[in-house]
Amino acid sequence: MSTLSYAVRDSATMLRRDVRHSLRFPLMTISGMLLPIALLLLFAGVFGHALGASSAAGASYIDYLAPGILVMTAGFAAEATAVNICTDMSGGIIPRLRTMAISRASVLTGQVLGSMIRTMISAVLVTAVAVLLGFRPSAGPVEWIAAAGVFAMLTLALTWLTVAFGLLAKTPAGANSLSLIPAFLPFLSSAFISTRSMSGGVRWFATNEPFTPIIDTLRGLLTGTGIGDSAVLATAWCVGLTLAGYFWARALYNRDPAG
Amino acid sequence: MITSAARPAVMARGLRKSFGDHVVLDGIDLDVAEGSVYALLGPNGSGKTTMVKILSTLLTADAGTVRVAGHDPGTEPGPVRAAIGVTGQFSAVDNLLTGEENLVLMADLHHLGRAGGRRRASELLGRFDLAEASGKMVATYSGGMQRRLDLAMTLVGEPRIIFLDEPTTGLDPRSRRTMWQIIRELVASGVTIFLTTQYLEEADQLADRIAVLDHGTLVAEGTADELKRLIPGGHIRLRFSDASELGSAARALGAATQDADTLTLQIPYDGRVRSLTTLLNRLDGLPIGELSVHTPDLDDVFLALTGHLQSGQDTPQ
Repeated sequence: MSTLSYAVRDSATMLRRDVRHSLRFPLMTISGMLLPIALLLLFAGVFGHALGASSAAGASYIDYLAPGILVMTAGFAAEATAVNICTDMSGGIIPRLRTMAISRASVLTGQVLGSMIRTMISAVLVTAVAVLLGFRPSAGPVEWIAAAGVFAMLTLALTWLTVAFGLLAKTPAGANSLSLIPAFLPFLSSAFISTRSMSGGVRWFATNEPFTPIIDTLRGLLTGTGIGDSAVLATAWCVGLTLAGYFWARALYNRDPAG
Repeated sequence: MITSAARPAVMARGLRKSFGDHVVLDGIDLDVAEGSVYALLGPNGSGKTTMVKILSTLLTADAGTVRVAGHDPGTEPGPVRAAIGVTGQFSAVDNLLTGEENLVLMADLHHLGRAGGRRRASELLGRFDLAEASGKMVATYSGGMQRRLDLAMTLVGEPRIIFLDEPTTGLDPRSRRTMWQIIRELVASGVTIFLTTQYLEEADQLADRIAVLDHGTLVAEGTADELKRLIPGGHIRLRFSDASELGSAARALGAATQDADTLTLQIPYDGRVRSLTTLLNRLDGLPIGELSVHTPDLDDVFLALTGHLQSGQDTPQ
């Protein structure tokens, strides 16, 4: 068998291990889902009326909010990835895997694929809750597929990035705090209100940070608002972050552990 | 034809490794013959684990030549990894999987196939007395069981060279003996074993050759017998019921340390039965209250070889 097919096979083995962990300990996945759902309830139910007035006129606020919350779901799910990776690294089996003649990337690839599956499932459930709360997407099948693609692209980028965080941090608690960055950046984006209604430096930051074009693209696909150049920007950010996260994680995994 | 027996399984020349200013290994030379057991004996912080990490491709050396199974672990980790198995000081098992799942994971990564992997897993579970607990999560295993599973996982790929980093540290005496038995069976099957230990007894029981590591340098190397000859720590203690018997025994034996308060005599002892017989003959029927044999421990080794006691827990390498 060729090196590549061994790499695929080893990745599948590591993915099976990851899925088995998730099924045995679903709490981490569930808790990653609870926060976006709580935010949905809070912003749609409590602040919805006040915030809705400042965003797109006419449309209901939940239609504006739901795509942003979906993006946050990916951010919160990535947190679990960082903690999983760091726990794995700080003891037990990973040192053994590093002394085995297996494709090195497969250890990380298995985790990334497992994390993507978890995140996609979370996203489906969060979407279902949003629909229950009144979210009425106008997307047809093509738009849904495109939206799923954008979401998968974002998840891949965030997962590789948080894998690197997990490898970088010395403790699971440290990994957790590092991964708060992607989890909370959407708060300073177009997730809750239009960046046009922000002012000064906050507006500049929110307009130019990666989550805004990603959320705007997703919102455009799902609810028919204008996308403009957001799709191109979103793709560029996702590809860039994926490559950065992948090479960073690979370098961290291959380095000499100092101790 | 060049026979592989002539080539050492593990070879190091002038091996050095530092972490920042801290020199952990300061010029190590060693040869481990194929099919033998080599013990690296030393206290915590002497550099044992760093040595194993370098030989098992986890760390790269700063200087020196290293060959494991004929390859340099630093520049050709692939063929080295294919030849070795490592059981570390801390159980390298997946606590969230069952014992059987751990072994099947290893079998899958060695591409043994579905049926072959299961067969190998169940065979190892039986051999390591883990069959009953095979379906339980490893987190619930005792220390001895985790260590056995750890070693079983190392054996899934049938490595030719096995590194055991303190295989019995933290185990109770019974689990330690079980582990020793397993290691002896492995040796009988022809693999090369490189083990590290803090216990002289363990090295003595298992190893063909022992190297004593202290502060990153090898202070002695040889067979257990050669090493013991260097160590004056072994002695026999005789206790007598009164001072006159103590006096006559001391006169009969000559070279002995007397303690009048406890009525004991301490005689140097090299561990041979013949020496003990000679000693008893010389006492010639004197009534002995109590006889005890004291074998040297690691402290004796260190005192004899380095002139200082074990340095203790200074660095967690």
